[in-house]
Amino acid sequence: MRALVWHGANDIRCDTVPDPEIEHPRDAIVKVTTCAICGSDLHLHDNFMPGMEKGDIVGHEFMGEVVEVGSDAKSALKVGERVVVPFTIWCGECDQCKRGNYSVCERSNRNKALADKVFGHTTAGLFGYTHLTGGYAGGQAEYVRVPMADRTHIKIPGGLTDEQVLFLGDIFPTGWQAAAQCDIQPTDTVAIWGCGPVGQMTIRSAILLGAKQVIAIDRVPERLAMAKAGGAITINFEEESVVERLNELTGGKGPEKCIDAVGMEAHATATIDSMMDRAKQALMLESDRAHVLREMIYVCRPAGTLSIPGVYGGLIDKLPFGMAMNKGLTWRMGQTHVNRWTDDLLNRIQEGQIDPSFVITHTVPLDQGPEMYKTFRDKRDGCIKVVLKP
Amino acid sequence: MAYYDRSSAGDTLARGLGWFSIGIGVAELMAGRSIARWMGMEDKTNLIRAYGVREITAGVGLLALGDPKPWIWGRIAGDAVDMATLAEGMALGSKDNPRARNAGIAFGAVLATTAVDIVCAQKLHREEAHYRSLPVPDYSGRSGFPRPVSAMRGAASDAPIAEDMRTPKILQFQPATGQAGAS
Ligand SMILES: NC(=O)c1ccc[n+]([C@@H]2O[C@H](COP(=O)([O-])OP(=O)(O)OC[C@H]3O[C@@H](n4cnc5c(N)ncnc54)[C@H](O)[C@@H]3O)[C@@H](O)[C@H]2O)c1
Ligand SMILES: [Zn+2]
Ligand SMILES: [Zn+2]
Repeated sequence: MRALVWHGANDIRCDTVPDPEIEHPRDAIVKVTTCAICGSDLHLHDNFMPGMEKGDIVGHEFMGEVVEVGSDAKSALKVGERVVVPFTIWCGECDQCKRGNYSVCERSNRNKALADKVFGHTTAGLFGYTHLTGGYAGGQAEYVRVPMADRTHIKIPGGLTDEQVLFLGDIFPTGWQAAAQCDIQPTDTVAIWGCGPVGQMTIRSAILLGAKQVIAIDRVPERLAMAKAGGAITINFEEESVVERLNELTGGKGPEKCIDAVGMEAHATATIDSMMDRAKQALMLESDRAHVLREMIYVCRPAGTLSIPGVYGGLIDKLPFGMAMNKGLTWRMGQTHVNRWTDDLLNRIQEGQIDPSFVITHTVPLDQGPEMYKTFRDKRDGCIKVVLKP
Repeated sequence: MAYYDRSSAGDTLARGLGWFSIGIGVAELMAGRSIARWMGMEDKTNLIRAYGVREITAGVGLLALGDPKPWIWGRIAGDAVDMATLAEGMALGSKDNPRARNAGIAFGAVLATTAVDIVCAQKLHREEAHYRSLPVPDYSGRSGFPRPVSAMRGAASDAPIAEDMRTPKILQFQPATGQAGAS
């Protein structure tokens, strides 16, 4: 089959690789009809995440048709069914899964021993996302093996297009959880850094959850325009001071809820801290750039909440932790517990409360994937979200 | 769009200059004394070492993933400082410095790299102007909602959110007597 394969920094190729096979009775094989490139894939493409190996198939936002089911998954899944696959693989039986903490499932990471060493305790297995999280082959491919498939799926009823439901596998619940874990009150101002696909979903979620005021921060004009369309007040961080504007919009008190939908590749305009970050990252003294985190800690209202869906991979430096501690901030973060939210969100899509396909700007065949990684990363051609058709 | 592109011609040149900076910087740092002696400017050894640090910083900045423009301008400014120092050595040269000729050679070399730096900066600025001139696609109609935003605010306030993600009551912002937050 054809699949997008990681070969190193800035080197993802469309290769011919062996078809996946059922390896375990709980597996299923899904024939991918539609998949997408996620902002998290860019961290792999740019080689900021440790633990990738040459030959790994990437992609973790995908859906398709079940074509083969292992004996232990047959009660839950049938050949021919249409499913979106969540990027977090979960067993449904461990202590964490029982609490709905699917992204830290204790059993789905087959490289548990390695993850235990690196993270202290393992997190869940993820598709197409480094050997620290299981090294499972990803979904930017014609076929995918889905482990623990009796749990790891979202069944899709007829009458909805792939484009409407695809993002249930990642960015829609990610934006939703980012907003939900802020426990938004009708009096809240929610500030969201990053107007990429995750930021866009977060903006819509914060509006639906009833935030009084949603403020979105980025520097890419068309992304800001899309944020505005979704109901956000926008700040272009290259043109105005984020801290000043946020204080202005909150009567000098700062936003109650701050969300980092940027992650470790944050940009900043020539501030000292960002120059230091870049230099250290280049010298491998620091793996992540923490400009957004620093800004959030500084501007957040005391006793407020920081929600961090943006992905970090390792070490950050010069984090004003004293400021965070003294202000009594609550931190909530993590990979998304996708299936915790998807029944409710699928309902909302069916009822027409939201149509997540608004974010798609580019649809291309799978073999154009490698170029689209660059188009998406460099935000060329108005690109916000890329959908691939195997 | 980003106003720079890490695979453009200007950027490739910038990265080349980044490696060049690191090379020169390491040489100045490690062999500061020999370089100074070769030009008859022994008293400037520490200064040359400091320039080495500057070069390495610029090199690392250019190789990191960000916008190379400020670093290239930094290099140009650095070139000017280098030339000023060398000019001093050359001027001194006529009487006190028998090796002034070597300082002159170094001056010529710096002048040549300055020219490359300037070409690079121009290329990068031209590329930026090009990116900025590209039309911005109109996404103002892409709300994702079936009705105006004002009608959607709070439409999902009934959503099931488990207790573990709720803020404990005591930590919630109480609507102050009067009004809460900003207007
Ligand atoms: N927690 C999860 O489960 C989960 C799931 C999906 C994605 N993510 C992460 O979410 C993040 C965003 O993903 P995406 O798909 O939207 O990617 P993206 O790269 O398209 O979006 C990032 C956006 O942040 C903007 N940005 C950069 N620096 C900024 C700054 N200083 N201030 C404000 N905005 C800034 C960029 O211009 C860009 O528009 C990534 O880190 C991704 O890995 C997390
Ligand atoms: Zn993702
Ligand atoms: Zn589990």
